[in-house]
Amino acid sequence: MKKPEIAIVGGGPAGLSAALSAVRQGAQVMLIDRDPVLGGQLVKQTHMFFGSKKQYAAIRGIDIPQKLLAALQEEGNGKFDPRVNTTVLGCYDDGVLLLEKEDRAELIQPRKIIIATGAAEKMLPFPGNDLPGVYGAGAVQTLMNVYGIKPGTRVLMIGAGNIGLIVSYQLLQAGVEVTAIIEGAPKIGGYLVHATKVRRAGIPILTSHTIKKAYGCDSVEGAVLCNLDEKWCAVPGTEQSLAVDVICLAVGLTPQTELLWQAGCEQQYLPELGGYVPLRSEKMQTSLSHLFVAGDAACIEEAGSAMVEGKIAGLFAAADLGYAENVEALNETFSRELEELRSGPAGAKIRQGLSRLKGGAQVC
Amino acid sequence: MEEDTIICRCEDLTLADIRKTIKSGHQNPQVIKRLTRCGMGPCQGSTCRELLLKEVASAAGKSVGELEMTTYRPPTKPIKIKSMLGADKDDS
Repeated sequence: MKKPEIAIVGGGPAGLSAALSAVRQGAQVMLIDRDPVLGGQLVKQTHMFFGSKKQYAAIRGIDIPQKLLAALQEEGNGKFDPRVNTTVLGCYDDGVLLLEKEDRAELIQPRKIIIATGAAEKMLPFPGNDLPGVYGAGAVQTLMNVYGIKPGTRVLMIGAGNIGLIVSYQLLQAGVEVTAIIEGAPKIGGYLVHATKVRRAGIPILTSHTIKKAYGCDSVEGAVLCNLDEKWCAVPGTEQSLAVDVICLAVGLTPQTELLWQAGCEQQYLPELGGYVPLRSEKMQTSLSHLFVAGDAACIEEAGSAMVEGKIAGLFAAADLGYAENVEALNETFSRELEELRSGPAGAKIRQGLSRLKGGAQVC
Repeated sequence: MEEDTIICRCEDLTLADIRKTIKSGHQNPQVIKRLTRCGMGPCQGSTCRELLLKEVASAAGKSVGELEMTTYRPPTKPIKIKSMLGADKDDS
């Protein structure tokens, strides 16, 4: 059984940053991802990032993995072992991971594990939600931006958070008509810079609206919408029908914590952070000392904070193995980056969620 | 919401199926999962788990965090039996 010093599950922004951080400290890292290329959700994010230069602002998401991988190749010094097309099937309480690649299973026993598995899309229950043509926004983005496939011709987007707004704009760029964006809340959830962009392109954003049902014979032919009152109840008589062949759900993400549950980490249900999240210290260490967590698996945020959490998790996983050079100074820098990212009004929900997390996780 | 709404796509369970099970006296998601197979299909509950929890929470007048969570077990995705036959037996 192989015993890598650190195994990182998930090669997205959090996992890649964790790998780089740990390798820089001198630790040996195995980075495991089920997809054929590393980068996680970044591989389809054709838009530029906001925020600070340290988190690659003004660079397109799709260009970030190459930068991190180039640094890993350069500084890895034989200590970086990427494993693609590899799924972690099990994470056991004795620290053993069960991997699967091309129908072959393998057990490994890393000394430290960093779970950076990201998020899963939430589903909305409505009649007809099992018709072909109902997609998650992430799936639509993958089809278009990774495989070059149009999901359909006329789209109804559900959810005016950043994902709903950005994917709507990318649908337009691909030549697909977006009939409307609807949002259950009375306010647009995403950044107004994204919202104004789609409004200028002529897409209506209907707040306090929801989908009542999808209809169609073999696939989606349309949707019935209705207004919601301030208690989120459907207002009778406000139904309207929209002819669309794609219904795209962008109704939120939830941390992908299944491996943490399997291992037996303590978790807490915090809707502000996306659902159940693992308890962890300011070192991103969970209730099990060999298990660390970073990115959307820890709480639903953005790629920028996922990368910083990855750096912190990588730093302390390595420090626990004795690679303890300069830990305090580096941690201070990383913590400050995280604090800055969460300082604005957009970070209010995250700050509130983290302040309710049991066991003293970082609170900005 | 109409009761023929699908909650668990893998196991073809509707909202009516879930509500019927709750009405028969069950408010523990773990028990409802075992009775109905909700969340036991190929996607292992990644679509329906939260929908089930919310439905039970609203029927029980509790928050999702107060309910007993359903158990997660390996494997995280369906695999062929042959992949396990080749697994590493070395315990050293």
